[in-house]
Amino acid sequence: MDYEKIGLLAGIEIHQQLDTKEKLFCRCPTLLRKTEEHSGEYHRYLRATESEMGEIDDAAREEMKSERKFTYYTYDSTCLVENDEEPPAPLNQEALVLSLTIAKMFGMTPIEQVNTMRKLVIDGSNTSGFQRTALIAINGTLPNGGKIETLCLEEEAAQRVEGETFSLDRLGIPLVEITTSPCMHTPEEVREMAGYLGMVLRSTGKVKRGLGTIRQDVNISIKGGARIEVKGVQELDLVADVVKREAERQQNLIMIRDKLVSRRASVQPDPVDVTGLFAGTGSAILKKAKKILAVRLDGFSGLVGYEIQPGRRLGTEMSDYAKKCGVGGIFHTDELPAYGITTEEVNALHRSLGTTENDCIVLVAATPKQAQCAALQVVKRARLALDGVPEETRKMLPEGNTAYMRPLPGAARMYPETDVLPVIVGESVWDIIALPELLTARARRFSTELGLDDGMARQIAFSERLPLFERSVSEGINPTLAARTILGTLKEIQRDGADVSMIPDDRFIEVLHEVESGKAAKEAIPEILKMIAKGTGTQEAIKKCAPSVSREQLHAIITKIVDERAAFVKQKGNAALAPLMGVVMAEVRGSSDGKVVSELLRKEIERVCNS
Amino acid sequence: MEQLETGDRVECTYGGSRLNGTYITDRDGKAVIKLDSGYNIGVGRTTCRFLERPPPVKRPELSTVQDESLPSLSIISTGGTIASRIDYRTGAVTSQFDADDILRAIPGLSGIARYQTRQLYTILSENMTPAIWQELATAVHKEINNGATGVIVTHGTDTMSFSSAAVSFMVDTPVPVIFVGSQRSADRPSSDNTMNALCSATAAVSPLGEVAVVMHATTSDDRCAIHRATRVRKMHTSRRDAFQSIGIPPLGFVDYPSLNVDLSPEAVRRGSSEPAIRPSLDESCRLLYFYPGMPPSTLPGPGDVHGLVLAGTGLGHVSTGWIPHLKLLADEGTVIMMTSQCLNGRVCDRVYDTGRDLLKIGVIEGADTLPEVALVKMMWVLGNEKDPEKQRLLLSTSLKGECMGRSLHGL
Ligand SMILES: [Zn+2]
Repeated sequence: MDYEKIGLLAGIEIHQQLDTKEKLFCRCPTLLRKTEEHSGEYHRYLRATESEMGEIDDAAREEMKSERKFTYYTYDSTCLVENDEEPPAPLNQEALVLSLTIAKMFGMTPIEQVNTMRKLVIDGSNTSGFQRTALIAINGTLPNGGKIETLCLEEEAAQRVEGETFSLDRLGIPLVEITTSPCMHTPEEVREMAGYLGMVLRSTGKVKRGLGTIRQDVNISIKGGARIEVKGVQELDLVADVVKREAERQQNLIMIRDKLVSRRASVQPDPVDVTGLFAGTGSAILKKAKKILAVRLDGFSGLVGYEIQPGRRLGTEMSDYAKKCGVGGIFHTDELPAYGITTEEVNALHRSLGTTENDCIVLVAATPKQAQCAALQVVKRARLALDGVPEETRKMLPEGNTAYMRPLPGAARMYPETDVLPVIVGESVWDIIALPELLTARARRFSTELGLDDGMARQIAFSERLPLFERSVSEGINPTLAARTILGTLKEIQRDGADVSMIPDDRFIEVLHEVESGKAAKEAIPEILKMIAKGTGTQEAIKKCAPSVSREQLHAIITKIVDERAAFVKQKGNAALAPLMGVVMAEVRGSSDGKVVSELLRKEIERVCNS
Repeated sequence: MEQLETGDRVECTYGGSRLNGTYITDRDGKAVIKLDSGYNIGVGRTTCRFLERPPPVKRPELSTVQDESLPSLSIISTGGTIASRIDYRTGAVTSQFDADDILRAIPGLSGIARYQTRQLYTILSENMTPAIWQELATAVHKEINNGATGVIVTHGTDTMSFSSAAVSFMVDTPVPVIFVGSQRSADRPSSDNTMNALCSATAAVSPLGEVAVVMHATTSDDRCAIHRATRVRKMHTSRRDAFQSIGIPPLGFVDYPSLNVDLSPEAVRRGSSEPAIRPSLDESCRLLYFYPGMPPSTLPGPGDVHGLVLAGTGLGHVSTGWIPHLKLLADEGTVIMMTSQCLNGRVCDRVYDTGRDLLKIGVIEGADTLPEVALVKMMWVLGNEKDPEKQRLLLSTSLKGECMGRSLHGL
């Protein structure tokens, strides 16, 4: 696809959790918990407050469509602030300094006086009904010449357990939100910039790692399309796919719009009650429904069923809108007869509404209230199709497709958090902030100064265990040994089922020291670490799985083995080395260094050959 | 440099960018600007340039329709907010007192009753005074006389139990008089205001016939408790369920969202008394919270005050050194009543020597009356009855359920 020709513009909004000791507005730890550890639960309703304009904003209204009762799980690591039962504590200084550090790394300008705001969020993920957020800095630069518009410090939302149940452990963890301008022009460029932003953030060494700790939202538009915000792209590898598929969706919606216009298509605003038509239907869903409403889409035939993304049609978009009213989905005549609905029923439907095969009819079946709500949602989405691409917030589906979430939030959703005092960021604060070395620079340094090969240098620099590597090296461990053990051995034994999180850094370094001083063999490292992971002491683990064999003992073992196979050795000469290595190593069970064994073995082979 | 007004459009040159926004205010030497993104920032005043002063936003006047077939409720507001509106343009939050505004903010109310509203005061509840209690009682009594099915008083939570107790002593009511407030500001989507308002309106049309406080019963939005005005206390600084009945179970509950009312047999029923008001108060009364080592000089001098309520230790004690000083006061005619800092349980000055000495000099045992309620009661009794013997009798008798003859189990 020629992205320049279709006028692709994309920007990124990155949300990264910070690894601070305490939460942003309370003194609770930033600790994620297992939901089964929850200590209690309570229930709340959220309601949008009337605004000065006499309106409740669109996105909020959407979330209020069905009365929802939210359940919250509390923990011994959460407090009344998360419960929205106590005013917030002052803005966490550690988080503020960290967010300023990140701002400085992007060459941004800090805001002189930081004001905390309440951003209306009534989907249940914030107990207060708003997310606290503060604009910290503006105007940064990206390597592609693009611009970072803003950096905000916000509180993380509660994690959805299932349905309308949320877990409060995550609520309030500090988060930086970095928003770029729409300065990217191809899916690959978006992926590259997202990767760069993540790298800079990780360079601080103070951000949370692991799935869900960083989320990308991507803004995408094409010429003649509309701005779409795709929420929650968790994996970097999917960023490019999301952009590709959204560009494709917008192109298809524009094409559908053009067809609808040329067909003079129209949407009938009033849903028609067709419950009676299906009195004797064989369709289980229709039979069960108390009310069946039909929406008449004149001139839409074939287009509602038209695929706009792999596996998704315009009808799917209508269905997403309808689902906001609590219905399971919709039927449309482009896909009928099917689902137990017969050709006769479809024909009767057309007759009853006075439509022809040029038209499409959408059916919703539910309780009277839900059906009415859902039918009007279908009308709403169908009308938007006449204009092309509606501005929306969408959520990512597996494989990079997206589904409608809610209308784009307007700017009218914020008001000041009066319980938090503004914070002055003076020059004295800003000037003393030291810039951490970028991970890319660190990788170069590891390769030039520590002699790691380029691949390994990059791998260890970007690894979550970078701090362990740096500490090992600073305590005199050979960099290659440290890197290999961290990148290779730890991963291997984890694959074998060891819980490597149980190996303290101190123990890890102690083992490497013992290996370097010859008290344990390199080959025994995996076994030793496995035992330590199970709680065994370092020395005991070394003794158990790698009783050290003295050089004399080793010499005696090798002499014996070579003498026993003297004929073989004489016949093969040096070629006997490899097979005999295996025999010796099996005998000493990894407690000797392979290099030492091979050296001694070679001497013994020479001795026998020369004798 | 032009003078800026809230709402003015400005352009700020900051960090190499031109930012458009709305001027809000000056704070700590910075101009607070609401950017078009919705964020507020504080920047140097000189970086901002006036662009234009937009005309005031006309709010569409959506009037609400009241169902004339429903019972009528009067809402008297004193400053507690049950509804508010946000101006997202400037971030300003305004409290709503007008019936139309309240009904627009809490549409569910219109299904329970029709409403008349009266804004008596707009003050923080810590700024309440006995004089305002009297005005409030007069207003409540007037609404009852005008035939209200029930009266709702919106009130800041800090001193709500003082006001509710005062109205309870001053007014005899055949209909429910419900005090309600919110612990989380009405501008937030999670505010307890909506549920408290709906539950209090429901309690106000219920078979109840006394003054009560209706607030969240738990941290969940599942039900409100109906508390007797003279037995309720704010027991937490910030939680929704801060209000608790002390020493007795609540008079009843209103479930949410069903709005089913469940009244206990102890609750006074609608129509049990004729409307009456005796609003006199004698403000020459004090409440002292005794602590170990508290110097007797803290006490008012002989003849300085008419009434003194002590929040004593345990069963109702002050240090032995205080006895002669209290005797001087009592001899000069100060009525002294003993209550307990324990809040739960009853005063008994017949067990230890200090207690017996207190009784000897004429201190009245406050039974299980809460200290603050005892103060309000003292003001009311001294205001309405001048005969010392009758005063003592009234102070020792339960007038509006403020003290009980028997103590129930448990806390
Ligand atoms: Zn907390």
